[in-house]
Formats: sequence, C-alpha cells, structure tokens
Amino acid sequence: MVENRPFLTFLTHFVLILGVIVVVFPVYLAFIASTQGPSDFLSGVVPLLPGSHLMENYGQMLTGGMSRAGAPPLWILLGNSLLMAIIIAVGKIAISIISAYAIVYFRFPFRLLAFWLIFITLMLPVEVRIVPTFKVVADLGMLNSYAGLTIPLIASATATFLFRQFFLTIPDELMEAARVDGSGPMKFFRDILLPLSRTNIAALFVVLFIYGWIQYLWPLLITNDSRYYTIVMAIKRLAAVADSDPQWNLVMAAMILAMLPPVLVVILMQRLFVKGLVETEK
Amino acid sequence: MQTKRTIFQNKLLPYLLLVPQLAVTIVFFLWPAGQAVKSSFEREDPFGFRTTFIWFDNYLQLFEDPEYLNSLGRTAIFAVSVTLLSMSLALLFAVAVNRLLRSGRVYTTLLLWPYAVAPVVAGVLWWFMFNPTIGILPYLLARLGISWNHRVDGTDAMILIILAASWKQISYNFLFFVAGLQSVPQSLVEAAAIDGAGPFKRFWTIVFPLLSPTTFFLMIININYAMFETFGTIDGSTGGGPAGATNTLVYKVYADGFLGLNIGSSAAQSVILMLIVIALTAVQFRWVERRVQY
Repeated sequence: MVENRPFLTFLTHFVLILGVIVVVFPVYLAFIASTQGPSDFLSGVVPLLPGSHLMENYGQMLTGGMSRAGAPPLWILLGNSLLMAIIIAVGKIAISIISAYAIVYFRFPFRLLAFWLIFITLMLPVEVRIVPTFKVVADLGMLNSYAGLTIPLIASATATFLFRQFFLTIPDELMEAARVDGSGPMKFFRDILLPLSRTNIAALFVVLFIYGWIQYLWPLLITNDSRYYTIVMAIKRLAAVADSDPQWNLVMAAMILAMLPPVLVVILMQRLFVKGLVETEK
Repeated sequence: MQTKRTIFQNKLLPYLLLVPQLAVTIVFFLWPAGQAVKSSFEREDPFGFRTTFIWFDNYLQLFEDPEYLNSLGRTAIFAVSVTLLSMSLALLFAVAVNRLLRSGRVYTTLLLWPYAVAPVVAGVLWWFMFNPTIGILPYLLARLGISWNHRVDGTDAMILIILAASWKQISYNFLFFVAGLQSVPQSLVEAAAIDGAGPFKRFWTIVFPLLSPTTFFLMIININYAMFETFGTIDGSTGGGPAGATNTLVYKVYADGFLGLNIGSSAAQSVILMLIVIALTAVQFRWVERRVQY
C-alpha cells in the first residue's frame, strides 16, 4: 500500500463484503430451502432462516431419491459423479504426460503433425459437435457405460501443453546423467520425470476433477439409464418436477449435494487449484 | 519446435506413447468434426434412406432463417453482457483484494469457489431465486413496482441467464486479475503517488493500462465461455425460451439436432460454431505470442 487512506480502506472492505454477499446469497438461499419442511413453501416466499428438516431432507434424498422424478437414491448418483470425475482427471493426466514426454524427449517423423492434432482438440469443444460425436459413441456401443461417460472427454491439449512446458524447463543434464548411468527412456520417465512433475500433477488433478464433476451436456446425451446418471445431470430433471409439485426442500438438498464435493476441493486445496488454473491457461 | 539437446533414440516408443491421446482425438474429435462438415453439405430425405449433396444450401437457408439470425443476435447480446458484467465486477473485487494484506486471503477464498459450481446448478440456483411463484427476488421487485416473469418476458429471461452465467464466471476473472495486479511494478505506482496522483488517477493511468494483456486475454476467454460453456446454465433456467429469447447458438444446435432431428441444419450450425472457436483460439494464441515479448 502506497499511502494510508482510512476511507478508501473502509470502501475496500465494503465493496468486498458486498461482493461476498452477492456471491454467497444464491447458495445460502438454496441451503435454507433444503432445511425446510414440505409445507413451508406454500406461504409464497422462501423463508430466510434455516428450518428444522435438514437431516430428514438430506437423508431422504441420499438413501431414497425422488421416485416421482425418476431419480434413484442420490448416493448412487454421487458415486457415479465421483467415479467419472476421477477417471477423467486421472485419464487426462496419464495420456497427456506420456504424449508430452514423446513430443519433448524424442525426435521422430510426424512429430509436428502429432502436436497439431492434439492442439486442434482445443478448437472442438463437445458443444459444437454434439450430434456426430453422439453417433460415434452409439456406434461403438458405449451409451450407458462408464467408458462412454469418460473416454471421449479424456483427450487434453491443455494438459499436454502444461507438461510440455514443464519438461522443457527441466535441465538437459538430468537426462544426460541418466543416460550415462545406463537408464533407458522408461526408467528415466518413471524415476526422474514423474517425481519431478508431482506438484504439476496434483494441481492439474484438482482442476480436472472439477472439470469432470461439472460435466452436464455429455452425460445428458449418452445416458438414459438411471444407474449411470451423474448428480449434476439429474438436477434439471428434479427441478422440473419440483416446479409443478413444490418439493423445493428436496431439490435444493440435491443441489447442495451436487455442489459440495467440488466446492470443498477448491476451498481445501486452494493453492493447488490456483496453480493448476493459472498454469493451464499459459 | 523445441526439443531437448539430447534425445532418446528409440524409433517405436514415441509412437506408442502418443497412441492413446491420438486415438481418442481422432475417434472422438476429428472424425465427428469431419462428419459434421460432411453432413452440413448434405440433405437427408425424411426417412433417412437417401442423402443428397447440396453444396451450401444448408448454410444459405440458415442465414435466411429469422430464427437463426435472432439466435445469433441473442448470443451476441448474451456474450457481451456476460463478459462486461463478470469482468468489471471481478476487476473491482481484485483491485480491492490487492489493497489488503492479510484479510485479502479470506476474501479470495470466499470469492473463488463458484468456479466449482456446475453451470446447470448455477442456472437452477438463479432460476429458484427469480421463480415467479416462490422466488425472493420477484417478491422484492414487486414491492418496488417492477413485475418480473421470465417465463413470459424475453428480456427478463435474458437478464436471468446473464446474471447466472456472470455469477459463475466472476471467480475465474477475479483470479486472473489478482495475478495480473500482482505483476504490476510497485515502483511505478509509488512514483506516481510521489508526483501527487491520487488512487483513482493511479489506477486509470498506470495500473489499468498495464493490465491490458490480462484484460484482453480474459475478454477472449469470457466470450468463449458465454458462447460455449453456458449450455447447462440455459438448460437449467430458461430452456431457450420464452419464444426463443434465450436460444443461444449452442443451445439451438442441441435443440435442432436432438429434439428437432434436423441433421443437415444442425451440422451446418456446428460448422459455423467451429469457425467461431477457431477464430477465438487463433486470436488468443496470437496474443499469447505477443505477451512473451511484452
């Protein structure tokens, strides 16, 4: 700080507190709604203070689900989401780190072509090729399966670039020393590169876990069997039912459950999250 | 392209290492994209027996279709509003946090987490707040004499998705603005302060211009976000309605291709979207190259 201006400091806190209120309020409201009883919404406006049905609502959603909305118990959906997010994060990291290794530590024909093919995936988000990608997955018989939920999302240009950048900063002497000592490429990768990449892998994992968890369009397209629903894609179905039949307390409990895991990851691993997010965009 | 001074000599190994990534890329990215380009030049008869090659007819039809032009306009309004709103709020918060020392960290944590909220969850959250029957905001607005109903009024619906999409994006912009602010040399700011420039003047004449690379980068990212990553937000709140008022380009591809089953038109729309992403990515990477020399 350059100078001491009490009024400006006051204004700073004022702006930030206002900002935090705006950011937190929608979720606060959802949480409040999730603690109410079924009849508390009939009066018109959502209450602003917690009700007494917290355990009851969450318990019912987790173990019973909402049969009228065709939703199975949420613990199944949460399990699917968790599995999907972890497979996507681990898969992306695994195939990206070995591609980056190939591109940086070897010289071979079509190296540049491979690099550009990977780069192109940046320009083809799922949203712009919905129908033909769905068709490919259907032809391969991967609808309603964990493979279908994860494998098509597993290619990652950003992760490959991140590892490539990182490998380029590793001193050449390390590799020369390893070669002099008689280590082959896989041994060098396993014993030297992997341990050095540990922080990058962890940071990337946090960001990719969130990416996998919040996928919506993809699971919506390729699952119609409720055993493979993820919690995020089931939200809309629940909300649509609640609109005609006021079960807002249950829907909002599901919303909170859908938000909680990735939000906790961001809060608890904030340092890794920030590192992962800022570095993948370079 | 850069490699190492010394490399491994294996001939086969690099290909094996690249196979998983390239297989996924080709099967699930390039092949479908090629298919989209191909069927954008074709028309399928109603029973799907025969396809005829029709050059640019699908595209021409799109640009004569008032619904598509409407969707194009809506998307532009949406993208620009989300970008402006979320970036200006994020910049305000970032500048504020940057003034603080210890308490800044607490605020940062409190502002960062919406990044992890799924777009569809954000859509439903705001839809709930603005719900005409039980939402709290229509209730408050009614007291001010404003009637709100996003199920009937297209403008209300557009405002709803802009707010929901911006709410989620503030955290991302905030993070990058904070990083950008920290790299502004403190000596310049101090020199200006000695010359008698007040905090607002210092911000506009020194800090803001030095932030321009971050600002520009975020602009591209935000336009990209608003156009392509808000499918869930829209699907969770307005569902493209009322009467197409929030039917953005991406939402329309989905609606035409999956619900309307108009493959040729949907493919042509996909190709147009691809061109938009390619343009945005090209701009972004050109800028990244420039920043290296900056």
